[in-house]
Amino acid sequence: MEQIFEILEQNARATPEQIATMVGMPVSEVEKIIKQAEEDKTIIKYKTTIDWAKLGKGEVWALIEVKVTPQRDVGFDIIAERIYQFPQVYSAYLVSGAYDLAVLVRAKNMQEISSFVTEKLAPLEQVQSTVTHFLLKRYKENGEILQLPKEVGRLPITP
Amino acid sequence: MSHSIQVKALNSFISQKVNNISPSGIRKFFDLLSSVEGVISLGIGEPDFITPWHIREAAIYSMEKGYTMYTSNYGLLQLRQELAKYLKLHYELNYHPEHEILITVGTSEGLDLALRAILNPDDEVIIPDPCYVAYVPDIILAGGVPISIPTCKENDFVISASDIEPRITKQTRAILIGYPSNPTGAVMPHEELLKIAKLAQKYNLLVISDEIYARLVYGIEHTCFASLPGMKEQTILLGGFSKAYAMTGWRIGYVVANQELIEAMTKIHQYTMLCAPITAQMAAIEALKNGEREIERMRKEYDGRRRLMVKRLNDIGLSCFEPKGAFYTFPSIEITGMSSEEFAEKLLLEEKVAVVPGSAFGQYGEGFLRCCYATSLANIEEALAKMGRFVKKYKK
Repeated sequence: MEQIFEILEQNARATPEQIATMVGMPVSEVEKIIKQAEEDKTIIKYKTTIDWAKLGKGEVWALIEVKVTPQRDVGFDIIAERIYQFPQVYSAYLVSGAYDLAVLVRAKNMQEISSFVTEKLAPLEQVQSTVTHFLLKRYKENGEILQLPKEVGRLPITP
Repeated sequence: MSHSIQVKALNSFISQKVNNISPSGIRKFFDLLSSVEGVISLGIGEPDFITPWHIREAAIYSMEKGYTMYTSNYGLLQLRQELAKYLKLHYELNYHPEHEILITVGTSEGLDLALRAILNPDDEVIIPDPCYVAYVPDIILAGGVPISIPTCKENDFVISASDIEPRITKQTRAILIGYPSNPTGAVMPHEELLKIAKLAQKYNLLVISDEIYARLVYGIEHTCFASLPGMKEQTILLGGFSKAYAMTGWRIGYVVANQELIEAMTKIHQYTMLCAPITAQMAAIEALKNGEREIERMRKEYDGRRRLMVKRLNDIGLSCFEPKGAFYTFPSIEITGMSSEEFAEKLLLEEKVAVVPGSAFGQYGEGFLRCCYATSLANIEEALAKMGRFVKKYKK
């Protein structure tokens, strides 16, 4: 069953029929498993990885380290929620180490990130400090290497 | 003093032995292929993965450190030690790394060494038909005589002991088998291997077992021939890194056998090859130490594609048994009434899909195609859709 999800993770457009053949299960069974997974949010959503730089879209991304004061009973969850609800936040993680929350922010320009940090994030009561790292270049995303070097071809016929 | 001057024919500098070998059927097809553009190829005999990064990185590091020299003729001791561990782990086999393992330039060299080390002129070597393209020429080049045993679709292209026995003569020296098979994808059932082992003992024959595809099996366990009762002493085991670790271009393989045989093969190897390239040996050490995860990842991928291709082939009317090893399918083209060469050529020109005619692998490969599924799902789907259209047009 895990295999079904591995295939979908690689290629969300794989059809139930293809998947069924590949894992050796009836199509109806595969459809049932996928439907169930969609319902219980094992499959959260189907997405496409796009190299926006190719479209000349000048987006700005930043990774923000956030140090926060945890609250009694709820720990980091409440403050994390206050932060991840902002639409600029693309990903948010609680991490171990020198800071607490790693927040990946996506915005139209540097101005937008700057105002998000200074007006929304930093002033939060529980936020002790922030460190903002702007992304300079993307090499790999969601397990996919972007800007692959030209493929080295195999000979079309080999023994 | 009289001189007789003979006018030499164009090929007269070439030995008779070489003249008598026909060029590979694959090679011929390759030439035709280079004249067509935009081809989807199912004719490739190598993984579509590149060598896993940790292996490439280890090789780069070895170069940076200056490992650029010859190694022992046998290969780096560390590599042989890792191999000994590997054979113990996977097959419960105990081989001595110092005397019973030889590192070769690909499995191809291993096969050549094995044949040259054991054959006297006109000794016979039994092989399955169809089989890998190099078996027949390599036997001939080593001075032997290939004896082909037909295998067929009805029997899932398994070579059977009962077909071998009547062909054993006083001249028979060895049985050469290669399973999982290139071109058919067939694997040998354990019981049949046991029967062949019994034959080898009864007639005192060597078995050369080419197990280059050993790690690419689906839904079954691979049986290493040398691990069968009493067969360690009578087996020359050929293995390599090309397929499991996607390392075809590195040219690195190995031969495992008893000390006497390894010494004989090393004699040839030391004068003809000296040693396998050190960088490839360094990479192979890393592959053995940390490669299992990548092997499994690739094997799983192949398995999915295998099922898909077999289903699609059967759906379009090219009946195909379920191959349980390597990365080939071997469908029958009987319903078209064409020869395999004719089919492959027409398919290439009309639909721009390349497959290898079964006849390239022996007389009994006629009527079949070798289609490799070591290519992307999208390629498989597109190629099979085109083949479906083609078969519909030419179905009798």
